Amino acid sequence: MDLPAPDPDILARKAQVAARLRQALPGARVIDDPGELRAYECDALTARTCAPMLVVLPRSTAEVAAAMAVCHAQSVPVVPRGAGTSLAGGALPTADSVVIGLGAMTRVLETDLDNRFIRVEAGRTNLSVTQAIEGQGFFYAPDPSSQLACAIGGNIAMNSGGAHCLKYGVTVNNLLGVTLVLATGEVVEIGGPWMDAPGIDLLPVVCGSEGQLGIVTEAVLRIVPRPEGARPVLIAFDSAEAAGATVSAIIRAGLVPVAIEYMDRPCIRACEAHAHAGYPDCEAMLIIEVEGPEPEIAAQIAAIRAIAQAHDPAEFREACDEDEAARIWLGRKAAFGAMGRINDYICLDGVIPVSALPQVLARTAQLAAEYRLEVANVFHAGDGNLHPLILFDANDPDELRRAEALGADILRLCVGAGGCLTGEHGVGIEKRDLMEVQFAPADLEAQMRVKDVFDPGWKLNPAKVFPLHLSAARRGAA
Amino acid sequence: MIAPADEGELAALVAAADGPVRVRGGGSHGIGGPGAPLSLARLSGITLYEPGALTMVARAGTPLAEVEAALAAEGQYLPWEPPDPRALSGATGAPTIGGVFATNASGPRRVAAGAARDFLLGVRIVDGHGAVVKNGGRVMKNVTGMDLTRLMAGAHGTLGILTEVSFKVLPRPGAVRTLALPGLDAAQAVAVMARALGSPHGVTGTAFLPGEGETLLRLEGPEAALPARADKLAALIGPLAEAACDWAAIRDARALAGAGDIWRLSLTPTASPGVVARLPDGARWFLDRGGGRLWVAVAPGSDLRAALGPIPGHATRITGAGPGRFHPEPPGVAALTRALREKFDPRGLFNPGMFD
Repeated sequence: MDLPAPDPDILARKAQVAARLRQALPGARVIDDPGELRAYECDALTARTCAPMLVVLPRSTAEVAAAMAVCHAQSVPVVPRGAGTSLAGGALPTADSVVIGLGAMTRVLETDLDNRFIRVEAGRTNLSVTQAIEGQGFFYAPDPSSQLACAIGGNIAMNSGGAHCLKYGVTVNNLLGVTLVLATGEVVEIGGPWMDAPGIDLLPVVCGSEGQLGIVTEAVLRIVPRPEGARPVLIAFDSAEAAGATVSAIIRAGLVPVAIEYMDRPCIRACEAHAHAGYPDCEAMLIIEVEGPEPEIAAQIAAIRAIAQAHDPAEFREACDEDEAARIWLGRKAAFGAMGRINDYICLDGVIPVSALPQVLARTAQLAAEYRLEVANVFHAGDGNLHPLILFDANDPDELRRAEALGADILRLCVGAGGCLTGEHGVGIEKRDLMEVQFAPADLEAQMRVKDVFDPGWKLNPAKVFPLHLSAARRGAA
Repeated sequence: MIAPADEGELAALVAAADGPVRVRGGGSHGIGGPGAPLSLARLSGITLYEPGALTMVARAGTPLAEVEAALAAEGQYLPWEPPDPRALSGATGAPTIGGVFATNASGPRRVAAGAARDFLLGVRIVDGHGAVVKNGGRVMKNVTGMDLTRLMAGAHGTLGILTEVSFKVLPRPGAVRTLALPGLDAAQAVAVMARALGSPHGVTGTAFLPGEGETLLRLEGPEAALPARADKLAALIGPLAEAACDWAAIRDARALAGAGDIWRLSLTPTASPGVVARLPDGARWFLDRGGGRLWVAVAPGSDLRAALGPIPGHATRITGAGPGRFHPEPPGVAALTRALREKFDPRGLFNPGMFD
């Protein structure tokens, strides 16, 4: 996870770059005080820190463009930042970079219920997009766990998912258009409030590009009508195999619940101790949510109950009212916080084919034993997106080293099972050096060609996504 | 026609190519520029199908009919409702799964389920250097690296030749019901369709046929659930009559076959009545996707884009001669897509002129 050495020539020009930014963006905040800069030294991957040279907080697309143009003219690397909630270090600065933060761009620009879209500035938080329209019976579907804090711009950069994307898709499936500021400061409009591009569609490659191609400043988001109702069920099992087989059988039966969440015993116990949700003490637990009008909910739950019975569940708990529904979700939603209370942890994000679930879980447990560490599992089982939490003591350098090695081995296991390194958190700096586990040189070369087109100088979000030894020639030439 | 037997042979062919090729799936669109025809017919076959994981992997030249038959046998389907372009193109070749993704072809269910590209999970391509590149995978969530997978959807083979695609499928709904509302004009119909699509009642198709004067709303779901949903929709919109409707005919715009040059417009839905009002005299048309898709037939040789001027969306010429099949991109976007094509296909081998 090395960062390239900062460019001394750029560091020497700090005062000049700050002056140019203040000149180009009168009235916007430009931060150069070392103490204040420390607030930007990391994102939610707190194990890695590096304060940037400067931070600028523009208030409009035009100001982002002006800031980018200054950085381009000064040959300074730029690190885009939404709300700084990336678990992959996607917003980790380099010491010679300017962070362009979207925190001052949070407006709703247009709401159009007839055409089912909302246009917002990219610094707006995910949850507040939904809050702007829920009174009219609509919502924005992608719901990452950090939705209270995370910004739409960051969601687009990382193509974020969430618990409900089994039915509604991830960010790319709910994005109609973006305003993108390129490395030169040029502003490009891609897509809009209509469906699909005429030919080549740049939206899906911009979405999930982790700030490598430009800064998204505004977005046209698809909004969807809120279902008439929704209800979770909780099913407890004595074995991971039975839980996994139930998931597969539910999907096979033609049911598509909104969410299928899985927790194992260590995770259940930690959540229970923290949130007191009343979870059973069992080997594996599923939370399955279905939605629709009341009779359809009842029919779906009856079908799920029949399937689960065939796999000998220890308990099948159906929420009878809002309060019980909230209690079923309570522990799951508190899972990461609960684990953090008892230990430091590394949260992985690998994905596997659903059919490989039992053997991957079994092998993960073996690996954990070999590394003498505990792993708690909580994940989106319907789409095979695993979040193994590796527990360790951050004050013990040997445990940290073992935890990181175990994490890499679990991700290799996911790739080997036909899956991938990351399902919704992104590569960032965290998984950069594992990219060659999943991709051959020609695969990564093709991806880097896209960056060559959008950012020929390789100045945007440096040292992320692509292993440094593969991008060295490009960065050196720039 | 050249028809490589496998991906390796295709890569070698591309590496050694000394001139443009016209990439051909089944040839059902009947489009493509100059160049030696290159058929993917032999790159055929479903390589993996896991109904319990809702995923399929197939070689690009696999006939769409073969894919749909395999899915139907397991009670599953392609939710984006890929059209059959032959009704309009008059071509005889059978659509392939690779062609469906290369053209990002979706039907009326686009409004509810998403486009072809939303279901594409992974690709293998041969790029213009003759290198085999893989991207994405067979799992439903994947944000590992740049998304070249969905970048290929709609690129019409200009960034690389698809050799294999993996995609998500869904359970087929148990029942279909079409409800009709007669006697509306385009503006009233679009307003009704917006209300239907903005409701939680599971409307998966919306069309307005001006000839018949009918607004059509499609409900799909479990048989037992549809009567209640239909009642709720009627309570929201007004009296609705049960109707027979061939949604495949709407999907393929069959009503306009032979009626002149066919154009397909993608619009902000509520803008479509205004665009309809500006259509040239004698144009025949209908609306799909709540007004978000406008199909138009005009006299051969007329340039509908020039006649309409600026529109909130884009217009593609589906049949008929003339320059510029695709809507011109805004200059900034055009510069990026042109540069991408030069990077992925520096010798300009793949379907040159497709986007000119």
